[in-house]
Formats: sequence, C-alpha cells, structure tokens
Amino acid sequence: MNAIETHALTKYYGKARGVLDLNLTVESGAFFGFIGPNGAGKSTTIRCLLGLIHPSSGGAMVLGQPVGRELPSILRDVGYLPAEAQFYSGMQVRDLLRYAAELRRVDCREEAAKLCDRLQLDVSRKIAELSLGNRKKAAIVCALQHNPRLCILDEPTSGLDPLIQREFFALLEERNRAGATIFLSSHVLSEIQRHCTHAAIIREGRLIACDRVEALAQTGARRVTLHGVTAPPPLPDIRDLSRTSDGISFLYSGDVNALICQLAALRLTDLTISEPDLEEIFLHYYQEGGEAK
Amino acid sequence: MTVWKQEMRLGLLSLLIWTGSIGFLIVICILLFPEMQGQMNQVSSVFSSMGSFTQAFGMDRLNFGELIGFYGVECGNILGLGGAFFAALTAIASLSKEERDHTAEFLLTHPVRRSAVVLQKLLAVVSQILLLNLAVLLLSLVSIRLIGEEIPWKPLLLLHLAYLLLQLELAAVCFGVSAFLRRGGLGLGIGLAAMCYFLNIVANIAGQAEWLKYITPYGYAEAADIVSSGSIDFLMALPGLGFTILGIAAAFFWYTRKDIL
Repeated sequence: MNAIETHALTKYYGKARGVLDLNLTVESGAFFGFIGPNGAGKSTTIRCLLGLIHPSSGGAMVLGQPVGRELPSILRDVGYLPAEAQFYSGMQVRDLLRYAAELRRVDCREEAAKLCDRLQLDVSRKIAELSLGNRKKAAIVCALQHNPRLCILDEPTSGLDPLIQREFFALLEERNRAGATIFLSSHVLSEIQRHCTHAAIIREGRLIACDRVEALAQTGARRVTLHGVTAPPPLPDIRDLSRTSDGISFLYSGDVNALICQLAALRLTDLTISEPDLEEIFLHYYQEGGEAK
Repeated sequence: MTVWKQEMRLGLLSLLIWTGSIGFLIVICILLFPEMQGQMNQVSSVFSSMGSFTQAFGMDRLNFGELIGFYGVECGNILGLGGAFFAALTAIASLSKEERDHTAEFLLTHPVRRSAVVLQKLLAVVSQILLLNLAVLLLSLVSIRLIGEEIPWKPLLLLHLAYLLLQLELAAVCFGVSAFLRRGGLGLGIGLAAMCYFLNIVANIAGQAEWLKYITPYGYAEAADIVSSGSIDFLMALPGLGFTILGIAAAFFWYTRKDIL
C-alpha cells in the first residue's frame, strides 16, 4: 500500500497557482523528502493531503483512503508538524499536549513524557513565553505523541538548534524503522540527502523528479573544475558555469570521451571531476526552466 | 466535547469580566432605586416630557416610579447593550480566531469533523451567553430582595427572556459571519450590535421607520412593550428566528467547505 498518492492534484488560489497536475506516490515505510524552494507548492500539497484545503481538481489518497468524507479516520493515524507552529497562547505546554491527545481520544502521556525528555521541553512553560525553537518542539511532540503511521512534517528543522535537530532526526529514524512513513518537506538539501531514502523535487507547482535519493544524485552529470583556463571547452551540455580566481567550474552531462578530448587540448594547472551533490542536482533541475539564476 | 471544553476554558476570563461588569452595574442601579423613588414623581414627569428623547428609550410608556418601569429602562439598557456586545464579540471570534491565530491548522489536523468543531463552538457560545444571563438574573433577584421590593416575576422574567433571545440572535448572526472571516472581526461584531440598538431608537422616534423593529432584535426586546403588554411580540421576533437559523446554517455550510490557509 502507498502511504500517499496524488492523482493530477491541482490547486489554484483564485488565479494564483498552487500546484499543477501533481502525481506523487510515497510508498509505505519510506523516509521521503519533498524538496523545493519557497512558493513551489510544498505546503499547498501538504495542506491538500491533510484536507485543510480542497483541490481545484484531481485528488489524493492517504493511507489508502481518499481525502474527503472520511478525513477524521485518516487523521487518526497521521501526525502533522506545521511549518509555523502556532498555539493557543494562554495555555501551558502540558495543557496543549493534553488537548491534542483528547482530540485524538487516546492516552499518550507516557509517550509525550518520553518525547519531552528527549527534546528537552519543559511542559510547565506557557506557550506564549516559548521561543520559536521551543514552540517547534511542542509541535513535534504533538505530531509524534500518538505514534502515527504517517508523519507529515513541513520544514521541520527550522528554528531547532543542531543538537535538537540531531535528536529529532534520530527520533524520526526510530519511528521509520518501526514502520512509520516519514514525509518531510524542506529546502535544506543536505538534510534530505542525509536522512531520506526517497525524494521528490517540486518546482513552480509541478513535480519535476521523484526517485530514490541515490538515483536522483546519479543523473550522469559531473562537476568539472579546471584551473589555469578562463573559457570552457566548446561543448554542448555545459551548465552552471562559474569562474574562480584561477579557473572555471561547470556541470557537464554529455559524453565523457568528448570532454576528455577537449580537455587534452587545454593547458591546465589542475583538474577535478567529481559527482555533484544533491544541491547541484537540485539547481540543475531548477535551471532547466531557465528562470533560476 | 473536547472542543467545547477548550472553548469554555479559553473564554472563562472574558465571561467573568463581562458578567461581573454587567452584574455590577445592574446591582448598583437597583440599589439606587429606593433613593430615586422618593424623587420619582417629579423625575417621571421630567422624563416623560423630553419629546423624542423620551420616546427613544420608551420612557413615555414606562412608569419610573415603579421598580419594573425603572428596571426596564436602566437595567434594560445595561443588559441589552452589554449582553449584546458580549454575545457579538464571543460569537464573531469563535471560528475566526482559529485562523487569525493560525491554530486552525492545529485543530483541524486532528481527527475531528469540521461540523463537530462548528457545533461544539456554537454550543460554547450559547453556554457562555446562558451563564452570563443566569448570573445577571440571579444578581438582579437578590438585589431586588435586598432593597425590600417585591419581585415582579412575570415582566422581569419576560424581559430577561427577551434579552436572552436578542443575544442569541446576534450571536447566531455573528457566528455565521465568523465562518467567513480569516482575521478577527471584533469591530464588525460591536458595530453590528450597536447598529441594531440604534435602529430601534430610530424606529422609536420616527413613526414611518417602525418597520425597522422587525429587523432589529431590540424591536421585540423593547422593555416598554413587554412591561405594558405582559408579553413578547412573537410577530416581531419571527424575523429574528429566521436570522438565527440563517446564521447558524451559514456557519455550518461555509466552515465545512472553506480552505484553511
């Protein structure tokens, strides 16, 4: 069974584009990263999955059920971490966690206590007094305390310090090993590369790639850095050209032999050819449209 | 009833403040009555000869020398306006505050039907209005006994019933509006309540504007009419019932369909 499936999911806000014709599949048990810059449609997709907004056309299935009439039975098994966690400011963290559990009609005090302990969250604090990071921690506990089968996390690490980030990902990996599906959106690529097994890239409302993270990184492109020259060899398939103090650097996705032949004719002081990291792949996808700089 | 409980908890302070303020003013008014009663014969004639001002507040038909006449004007205005403001403010914030404070994203991603959220929030608004009115009524009764007057049960209860209906009607309309708002609409709520109040005053002064009484809930909650006729004008209250149903229906219809941004 797939944890998430969208079929030609399209959402317009009036005339403004949200997402267009999105077909996304997330298998059960995946640790899935959803990458895209601000405004690409990540949050719109997530909001459609959670039934917060209604698609203009197309639809979505979550945990095998269509998002619609039976939404509450889906949400019972979903934990959601919003990008900007906001809560009832007059409450204490403890009251908030209890309220979240009561809304789910489950007793998760034990799990909540464990999570608060690991994330170093003081439950006696008032929500209004919490820093951004601590509010995020409260939101994480709300999202995980009922042991959901699917965790949907919208830019989960913003505001968390590196130590807590590490603890948070350790938590997610434990949950994932125990069978939960993790779906997280981010624009921090290193995060996705380090933790996710699968990833999808969204750009201007459209899905432009969806695969295993390793497969996405293996597009055949190479990062070529030449020292001692100022102009790239006359080859097609050169992108992302940049000049350094004593040379040039570019992404090459054409025939390797053609590159070698051209390089042989140049007088170089040094040379590296390496596999690009996900960040470069990401830029590569983004530049295909020609809009990105 | 988790959402209801939460609403009641969050609204407790506001409920206490409004109940306290309205109750305090009414108690003070009643306690002042014996002192004023002595001068009432002159005062009554003054009050009943101020032309349209007299008409505007129904003082031409109420006898200030009697407790119920005095109560109808003084306490009627306090509870009529104060209660209406409370009802309007509470109702208009009820649904919209979740989006204003971005807590809707939290609430609606839990396994609760949106219709259940609307129902429980509506019940919380109604509960708070009932509690306020009950507390104010009790304070009134105790104060009337304190000054040694007989309690004019029937007109007094009818008056309070009329104000309760008025508040429920305003609340229902504001609740409906609340479903459409993404930000707080406190100004809108206060404005609506105040407009209804002034529409009634206009209707009282100008004969040809009397039809306004069928639109504003202050029409059927007019103390002078209730005390003199001993009943609430059902025909005048009927459109109000329509507005009430419309407001609640709009809230359910829209909130279960709207996009939460």
